[in-house]
Amino acid sequence: MQMTDPLENPSQDRRTAISWLLGGGVAASLASFFYPVARFLNPPKVSEVSVNEVDAGKVQDLKPNSGKIVKFGNKPALLVRVNDTEWKAFSAVCTHLNCTVQYQEARREIWCACHNGTYDLEGRVTSGPPPKPLEELAVKIRGEEVVISKKV
Amino acid sequence: MPATELKNKTLDKTLDWLDERTGWRMVRDLMDHKVVPMHAGTAWYYFGGITLFLIGVQLFTGILLLLYYRPTVAEAFDSVRFIMTRVDFGWLIRSIHSWSANLLILSAFIHMFSVVFTRAYRRPRELTWLSGIILLALMLGFGFSGYLLPWNQISYFATKVGTDVAGTTPGVGPLIARFLRGGEDVGAATLTRFFDFHVIILPLIAFGLIGLHLALVQKHGMSTPSGIPAQKLSHMKFFPNFFLRELMVWYGVLAVLGTLAAIFPWELGEKADPFASAPAGIRPEWYFLAEFYTLKLIPSHVWIIEGELLGLLGFGTGAVVWVLLPFWEMKANGERRTRLATGMGVFLVCYLVTFTILGYVK
Amino acid sequence: MRAPFVLFALCWSLSGAAGPDSCIACHSAIEEGKGPASIIKNDIHISHGLSCADCHGGDRTSEDPEVSMNKAKGFKGRPARTEIPKFCGACHSNPDYMRKFAPRERVDQLELYQTSVHGKRLASGDIKVATCIDCHSVHDIRAVKDSMSPVHPLRVADTCSHCHSDKERMAQYKIPTNQYAEYRTSVHWQAMTKRGDLSAPSCASCHGNHGAKPPQVESISEVCGTCHVLFEQLYNRSPHQAVFSTAGGGGGCVVCHSNHGIHTPDTGMLAGPSSICAPCHDAGSPQSNTAVQMAGWINGLDSAIKHSETVLAEAEKSGMEISEAQVRLLDGRENLVKARLALHAMQPEQMRIPIDAGMTVARETLQAGQAALRERDFRRYGLGVSVILIAIAILAIRGLIRRIESNSDTAQDSAD
Repeated sequence: MQMTDPLENPSQDRRTAISWLLGGGVAASLASFFYPVARFLNPPKVSEVSVNEVDAGKVQDLKPNSGKIVKFGNKPALLVRVNDTEWKAFSAVCTHLNCTVQYQEARREIWCACHNGTYDLEGRVTSGPPPKPLEELAVKIRGEEVVISKKV
Repeated sequence: MPATELKNKTLDKTLDWLDERTGWRMVRDLMDHKVVPMHAGTAWYYFGGITLFLIGVQLFTGILLLLYYRPTVAEAFDSVRFIMTRVDFGWLIRSIHSWSANLLILSAFIHMFSVVFTRAYRRPRELTWLSGIILLALMLGFGFSGYLLPWNQISYFATKVGTDVAGTTPGVGPLIARFLRGGEDVGAATLTRFFDFHVIILPLIAFGLIGLHLALVQKHGMSTPSGIPAQKLSHMKFFPNFFLRELMVWYGVLAVLGTLAAIFPWELGEKADPFASAPAGIRPEWYFLAEFYTLKLIPSHVWIIEGELLGLLGFGTGAVVWVLLPFWEMKANGERRTRLATGMGVFLVCYLVTFTILGYVK
Repeated sequence: MRAPFVLFALCWSLSGAAGPDSCIACHSAIEEGKGPASIIKNDIHISHGLSCADCHGGDRTSEDPEVSMNKAKGFKGRPARTEIPKFCGACHSNPDYMRKFAPRERVDQLELYQTSVHGKRLASGDIKVATCIDCHSVHDIRAVKDSMSPVHPLRVADTCSHCHSDKERMAQYKIPTNQYAEYRTSVHWQAMTKRGDLSAPSCASCHGNHGAKPPQVESISEVCGTCHVLFEQLYNRSPHQAVFSTAGGGGGCVVCHSNHGIHTPDTGMLAGPSSICAPCHDAGSPQSNTAVQMAGWINGLDSAIKHSETVLAEAEKSGMEISEAQVRLLDGRENLVKARLALHAMQPEQMRIPIDAGMTVARETLQAGQAALRERDFRRYGLGVSVILIAIAILAIRGLIRRIESNSDTAQDSAD
């Protein structure tokens, strides 16, 4: 079979060049599929998917008869240490107009500064405009850690 | 000896070694004989391949999604959001999976109708037709089961409506509904079941049927429209000519998928809340929309029969007639009810298109 | 003249039946559909087993008017207007009696009424003022929580306005009549009617209901403070408290916020052409400068938050996931509320804390939104690159096809 001499045939030259270019394009297109896949396979730093449980600090951080606001997912939660052994937690979103509630030590109740709504330590509305009780959350003590989780 | 010759010799030796053990050359020889008839309707042949390609895409993206998805009521929605926002290119994989599902079903319908209008269901291809119809039903099942998995408001209520409708089937309806839901209501049990269907049960059945479907196609070869005499027909080799063209088409489909995923990402919605009222205008995905809208149109009672029941009976009878198309299209005396089959096909296309559009607009 | 005959006939026909209330039976026959006996079925007293005779006295078991409406036997008839409060109070001020029906119901309404402007005027003989029946209606009295009661929270203002928006009526007392119209433009009315918040105040919430009297100047901030607690506390510690209590024209919160037509406050009240600080504080004075400064901070925070909101909305429209940033933005809005609260202390340093916190939130959320938009652009750019690569690949395959098929053609040609 006659072999065309590449040096003598410029169109053959060009064809080879185009072939390489096109082949490179195909390879690149395949790379552009597998690059995202490879990145996908690498798990992200934060591997937890959703918030069902939140660390709310250490037991000794909160004095008896006091409360603090803790981030629960993307909503605020109110953790109340009622006495040495009893803990309560609620969603801190007031059911009236969504202000953040706070714990009132002197009156031992939960209070909303916006329109003077009050809740008792069961989350029930005791006075003011809120129409519904506060959603209660579960509190577990694991050794020294206080953990707030959704009530199942 | 020059490098190229050495390379070729090594290659040949390896291939021989493999052939002795696996017999791959036999398959290659068989495939070498596969030809594709060239005529005005050749373009329709692509749709089977497109459907197969999209099934491959679903399998691939589905496996990737499985790395992060969690099938429980508490975590399903959050895991999908995690994929969309935290995992590198998770948004891409998920949106491709959702868009590809829709394109897949569309392609399957086009494939089916092209088979009808080119009469490729005729003897000896009746089993190919049957396996294809079952596969279409399986694809709809994939769509229905997969739709629930993100556990958002729309999917929860769409599943409620869908299983409600299934439950109105005469006789076995309540049983079917209970089986689908895993209980009386759509809930955690339903999610587990649908996950099971979507990820293992339907895939196993589908792959078996796809294998059968493809094997039958290889056995019978590509069907040709009856009008053209066999001698006048030119043929193209499947490997590599037609296959390379198919690759071009598949690349094009991939480009479409990527564009859809990047410009129209699939939405996440809100986490399902069973105690909230159903979102206004809740409706199923487009591939069920025509039937859904038809059921809505039927008055609640026609004579003494419940409207929904009548609708389901209508769909059921229609489905049976459609499935048995190859059998009744050929009369006992050998004459063909071609016009009737074509008429039915045209009617079905028009009905589906019109009612899907109506379902959207209303 | 026909009435006595009808009456007699009716009562005769009813004489055999056991139990029916003769008052209602006879009076509904006379009334022909209009009058107390026809509407009394809606009355709350009836639902507790009481009826005409329990208020008006008399004997409900007898159809003989001589017996049933016998004054000597306790029939009170229709009370004079000046006697109405005591008429109702006969039961409603009696704790032992009320305990039988509603143990938690208050029994001091009569006492309160007698301290009110209405009560005092009635006692001096003015029968044009409101008595029990003018607000609560009569013979079809409904519970307060019944939405058709004239004293249901949503209807109280309307009931008061029957008299208090009547210019001719109020002329002799020299009371203005614009309160209801102003109240209907207020945020409290909006809260009640648009948001359905029945805890929002209407006339009785600030003026009292039975002991109705406008709150005195020194107690206005206390009254507003029943709900707006923190504002009252800060105001009381501010220099305005002492000044406003001796100034004329309302006093307390009313000086800046008005009493009935309370609108959503804005920074225009602090600085600018409609500033309410300007009448007392000359431009250039330290107080005026403080007001301008605080207004500037609030406006700055407000527009920073709005800017973040716009950017986040755009990101969301393009399909990007920004729910965390949107939740963070709620913190920003809360800081804005706290800043507006802090201004009532009239001390700039107190306002800086929420302003700074809010600006931090606005900055962070803006960054998040901009990052989301950059990510969106990156995706579109990446898509463009992939599509180009795919196009190249398609061309490559086409070239390959051409080459194969032209080769086979030439092979065929040469074979021929």
